[in-house]
Amino acid sequence: MIHSLFLINHSGDIFLEKHWKSVISRSVCDYFFEAKDKAVDPENVPPVLQTPHHYLISIYRDKLFFLSVIQTEVPPLFVIEFLHRVADTIQDYFGECSESLIKDNVVTVYELLEEMLDNGFPLATESNVLKEMIRPPTILRSVVNTLIGGSNVGDTLPTGQLSSVPWRRVGVKYTNNEAYFDVIEEIDAILDKSGTTVFAEIQGVIEACVRLTGMPDLTLSFMNPRLLDDVSFHPCVRFKRWESEQALSFIPPDGNFTLMNYHVSSQNLVTIPVYVKQNISFFETEPCGRLDITIGPKQTMGKTVEALMVTIHMPKSVVSANLTPTQGSYTYDLATKVLVWDIGKLNPQKLPNLRGSLSLQAGAPKPEDNPSLNIDLKIQQVAISGLKVSRLEMFGEKYKPFKGVKYVTKAGKFQVRT
Amino acid sequence: MLDSNKDSLKLEAMKRIVAMIARGKNASDLFPAVVKNVACKNIEVKKLVYVYLVRYAEEQQDLALLSISTFQRGLKDPNQLIRASALRVLSSIRVTIIVPIMMLAIKEAASDMSPYVRKTAAHAIPKLYSLDPEQKDQLIEVIEKLLADKTTLVAGSVVMAFEEVCPERIELIHKNYRKLCNLLIDVEEWGQVVIINMLTRYARTQFLNPNMNESLLEEGNDKAFYGSDDDEDEEEDEKDKKAEAPAMAKRKPYVMDPDHRLLLRNTKPLLQSRNAAVVMAVAQLYFHLAPKAEVGVIAKALVRLLRSHSEVQYVVLQNVATMTIKRRGMFEPYLKSFYIRSTDPTQIKVLKLEVLTNLANETNISTILREFQTYIKSMDKDFVAATIQAIGRCATNIGEVRDTCLNGLVQLLSNRDELVVAESVVVIKKLLQMQPEKHSDIIKHMAKLTDNIQVPMARASILWLIGEYCEHVPKIAPDVLRKMAKSFTNEEDIVKLQIINLAAKLYLTNSKQTKLLTQYVLNLAKYDQNYDIRDRARFIRQLIVPTEKSGALSKYAKKLFLALKPAPILESPFKDRDHFQLGSLSHLLNAKAGGYQELPDWPEAAPDPSVRNVEVFTLLERVTTLTSVPEWTKCSSREKRKEKKVEKPFYSDSEGESGPTESADSESDSASGLESGSGIEESGSGSESEESEEGSESEEEEEEEEKDKKKKKKELKKPVQESESEQSSEEEVRKHERKNKQRKSDSESESDEEDDSESESSRSESEDSESETEVKKKKKAAESKPPSKPVKKEKKEMSLLDLDDFEPAPSPQVTPVNTFLSSSLVTDLEGLSLSDTVLSPATTSPCSALKSYELLHRITGEGLCVEYCFSRQPFSPDGNMVAVQMQVTNNSTSDTKNLHMEDVKLQSGMRVKEFPEIELLPAGESATAVMGIDFCDSTQAANFQLCTHTRKFFVSIQPPVGELMRPVFLTENEFKKEQGQLMGMNEITEKLTLDAKCRNEHAIVQSVITAANLSRVPCGSDRECRFAGRTVTSGSLVLATVASKEEGAAQLTVNCEKMVIGTMLVKDILLALTQ
Repeated sequence: MIHSLFLINHSGDIFLEKHWKSVISRSVCDYFFEAKDKAVDPENVPPVLQTPHHYLISIYRDKLFFLSVIQTEVPPLFVIEFLHRVADTIQDYFGECSESLIKDNVVTVYELLEEMLDNGFPLATESNVLKEMIRPPTILRSVVNTLIGGSNVGDTLPTGQLSSVPWRRVGVKYTNNEAYFDVIEEIDAILDKSGTTVFAEIQGVIEACVRLTGMPDLTLSFMNPRLLDDVSFHPCVRFKRWESEQALSFIPPDGNFTLMNYHVSSQNLVTIPVYVKQNISFFETEPCGRLDITIGPKQTMGKTVEALMVTIHMPKSVVSANLTPTQGSYTYDLATKVLVWDIGKLNPQKLPNLRGSLSLQAGAPKPEDNPSLNIDLKIQQVAISGLKVSRLEMFGEKYKPFKGVKYVTKAGKFQVRT
Repeated sequence: MLDSNKDSLKLEAMKRIVAMIARGKNASDLFPAVVKNVACKNIEVKKLVYVYLVRYAEEQQDLALLSISTFQRGLKDPNQLIRASALRVLSSIRVTIIVPIMMLAIKEAASDMSPYVRKTAAHAIPKLYSLDPEQKDQLIEVIEKLLADKTTLVAGSVVMAFEEVCPERIELIHKNYRKLCNLLIDVEEWGQVVIINMLTRYARTQFLNPNMNESLLEEGNDKAFYGSDDDEDEEEDEKDKKAEAPAMAKRKPYVMDPDHRLLLRNTKPLLQSRNAAVVMAVAQLYFHLAPKAEVGVIAKALVRLLRSHSEVQYVVLQNVATMTIKRRGMFEPYLKSFYIRSTDPTQIKVLKLEVLTNLANETNISTILREFQTYIKSMDKDFVAATIQAIGRCATNIGEVRDTCLNGLVQLLSNRDELVVAESVVVIKKLLQMQPEKHSDIIKHMAKLTDNIQVPMARASILWLIGEYCEHVPKIAPDVLRKMAKSFTNEEDIVKLQIINLAAKLYLTNSKQTKLLTQYVLNLAKYDQNYDIRDRARFIRQLIVPTEKSGALSKYAKKLFLALKPAPILESPFKDRDHFQLGSLSHLLNAKAGGYQELPDWPEAAPDPSVRNVEVFTLLERVTTLTSVPEWTKCSSREKRKEKKVEKPFYSDSEGESGPTESADSESDSASGLESGSGIEESGSGSESEESEEGSESEEEEEEEEKDKKKKKKELKKPVQESESEQSSEEEVRKHERKNKQRKSDSESESDEEDDSESESSRSESEDSESETEVKKKKKAAESKPPSKPVKKEKKEMSLLDLDDFEPAPSPQVTPVNTFLSSSLVTDLEGLSLSDTVLSPATTSPCSALKSYELLHRITGEGLCVEYCFSRQPFSPDGNMVAVQMQVTNNSTSDTKNLHMEDVKLQSGMRVKEFPEIELLPAGESATAVMGIDFCDSTQAANFQLCTHTRKFFVSIQPPVGELMRPVFLTENEFKKEQGQLMGMNEITEKLTLDAKCRNEHAIVQSVITAANLSRVPCGSDRECRFAGRTVTSGSLVLATVASKEEGAAQLTVNCEKMVIGTMLVKDILLALTQ
């Protein structure tokens, strides 16, 4: 299975290595660097590389490469999924997954990796179990540790691994018992030049934050579960109950977790909340172009569109942009050629507009393709598919928890072709 | 710092060391200082020391040994977690010297109370294996043991170990297959992946291809369907219909093995897993194993994965691309999900393009082409090039759009980007090759392009096109050549070659205009730097320019150059990838990765499905069996299950009647008046046992008019038996009887055996049900079983016989037997309408006759239950065969038709005489059939299929060695003489201690005769029992002697020409005598 893991930063330095079997020289990474140099974008580095003796499977997350070395046949997704799980765990522990944080907590990370794999086979990947073994650093604890020399390693051994509910530890206690669920829906869409929808679908996720004492058994039911076309669950969800009653029945992990992912059936027409009028053109003769974008609300279900943002990947030859927004502000990053227009709240009375000229590199041919616009937005308190949670019940414990459900709609991969 | 007394200092030191390790710096110098702290009380220090130890132990083996004792102590800790972690670290230390310690620790941990420790043991197995592959055999034992574990915690890890250590030992999975399937959903996600992948391989070896019939159809008459597979579903439906149609009857209908179904059913929910690897594993399982109609379910889940991280997308798309080639219909509804966004990484774009191209068909091509048009404008030039190729492929695959595509591509020729143009030219060239006549204008257009295009590949393509189709563009071609000749020296090699090519072709078709030009070009080429070009020029000159020296070849130059070339086929690079297991690394790389296990092809015929049976019979069932027996005569309309239990009694009972009658006359107390008794007795006792059966039948005829059902059974049997009865007259019989007392005793023993069937049936049922589980487990072999049971059975019979033969007066030995009657059984059996009074003394003796084995269990047989026994009667059609009597019971609710044997698989030399087909077996009925098998004096199993009109079952009959012989009668002297000739290697002597129950002579005789089909040889000494027989096929003599001594000690001697048989026989008899 997984033989070794190297963490590599953006510029190609190996800053952490861990071997689960015998040690493999870090020179094996040279093959990876070669491929990395070849690829223009770090995203374009092939995830799976073959070298004479090893196979390298890597992921790119948060500007870091997680590079694993394997020697024998193993499902590549197995490794990729695991690497992402490592990144998730680090993020979970330290709040973010960055080089400096990992370097600061190198011993903790090393210990984590030690626990997560045994001989290259995943051992404990549930964050609850890991947290029992290796306590995440908190400010308070680090103060205490320096004062009295306490440790980050749990002195009680984890029991979660032994129970049939490995994702939850026993003896959880809270004074405020609360369970919050965020229903977040993302619209993936491709609109063509004229504004007609080429492709649109809704992907949703229910994020939960559960802080309940003891071993609660929750049941979450929907008003309109029929909407859900394809679902995937956290392992805690009982699949049989879902099949028979279309309700989510589960013993929740402690803390934050993703309860389910879903896909709204494609029969339902997806409502596109905004429309975009755009006109980007480059002149044949002069090295410059014109840009004019207006965004207006389409179907917003009576809610305001917030956090509206337009991102444009400009052609390489665009040197600068001289634009005037009626609302918000714009930036143009010369290095990456990305134009970002941060609009903020969409005011239906006064539509935001961005207009101005683009100047091109002198002598460069006119770009034949207009850049497409990526749009970000957020609508609070509504799930665009119309999905509604009808009730949350709790069994197994006596107290009354505080319950809350929040709906958010976001733009996912929302692209307008020009 | 490490030497300090303070834990906090130690901790700080260890932290620094570990940080060094993590950065890849060498910290091995500190080894001695660190190892000292292995027994530190502070748990964090300890952990860090472990980390260090595991990392450097390999380099400092000697010093590492110092720490071992700590772990060994840890292994005995009462806390399971400490035990587990000790084992984990111990097994992670790669030091060869401790292999034995590790082995021991693993073995111990494998039987630990805590599943967590067992899981760790499973993890340790591959570690040890990689350290010392020679431990494989022992490790396999541990794996086998752990595979039987029922906890979800262990399942994933042990399958992982199985895959790493012994993936080829697929038979270890049999017994655990169903358990694994059922546990699967509760196993942790990483384990699920491994188990699913393993089960995919397993299923490929054990089940039949569910698409077998369909694929045949496809090849056969469904060309039309296949061609226009735009609607896979429809196709499928239609196929299903076809499959049902009677036309298909000759092809046996496919029935999915219930275990196969179980696997598919239990993996399906896992498609909902949050773990992409699990989803992919299930997807590949369905792709490889499910019937076509069901594969569709995975599409949705795979499409969902496309929302995930780009690395996941990459892998998933690779697999989808392979799947779309085979099962296009599956992903068609999700076509739009593969539309490309400008922000996708290039590798994802290219893969999506691949999928879209694979999905293209007549109905959706226009949408796809519209998408492609958008893509062509993309800034990502690699992607544009890929798009153009994709268009080319669509055009070749779908004839309707070829012209549209070509026009579109031609338009691209005016694109400003050279890469795009060049790629288009190459694709156009390929397309034009398909139908050049129509498109001379395009060729002309392209000829013009030569002025502008600089990309060598494109220029070469254009030149080749012009050369190839110079007849279509007679005017332009020489002009192009002229231009090219001018720039020849500045061209790339590949272009130069094509210029020479073009020149040659033009010379051949239009030598008037181009002769000089050609020569000019060839001259230029002659002095080129590249030797390839020089060679080519020389070669072409010789070939096309006629000189006096030029041989026959130049005559054919035109044919050589202007031969029609086949159009290239544009294929997907994913075309042949599906021979790799999907989702595997090998599939992704399209090359075999180390340790890749080939996905085996479907077997032609499914192996025996019963190997997976692990059934536990409940006590309850046993009870019902027992109670049902007495009622058997009245229960013709009983419910199936009981019926089945009852059935065996039928025949054995009917045969059995003769037994009591015989005994009636020998046993003074039971002789009381059956009118027919005496007469029957003679016929029965004298001849072969068949006659005794016949006799019993005649007797029954008087008694049992109401038992029509029973008769039916008998009628089935009769023909066989009648043919075998040689003597009918009583006198002759009597003579015979006198002569062959010994043989008679034997035949009687047989008939006796059968006669006791009531008791036997009840008992053997119960025993059977007990043994069933075992039998199943041991793959029906159950050789160990028969001896134990017969011990009891034979006791009585032999005592009877002995009474008859040697001790005319009732001997004291009878009494113990009679007292041995289990009173409960007697009462149980009182319901029997057959001569109970006579029967009870005999039947209730715990002994019963023939051990019956299960051939087909009613659960695996879907209601059909088959048991068999070795009837120990000569098989009349062929003396060399062993007669096997089968009792077939139909417990299902529907009739079974055309029950017959098929596909007999035998070891060389073996022969089988099949039983006559049972045409109809109504629900709830049973029938007997006799078949003969010539086992060739070996205990090899005879495998065959038991076929009904709907299904086939794989069954096998394996004979205990004792059934491979027939009794012969020898006198004492003959015996000694023969024994004298079979000394040395042919004699096997074994000392034993007799079981408390069989210390008297009769018990011994009984035990031996039950274990082996031998006859007793009269003997002067009462301490010795002798037996003789001959093997059925070769007629080799088999002699056995049991000499008993004091205190149950005894000596067993077997003399046999065939040493193998001798050895096995010794084993069997030993077992019979000691239990």
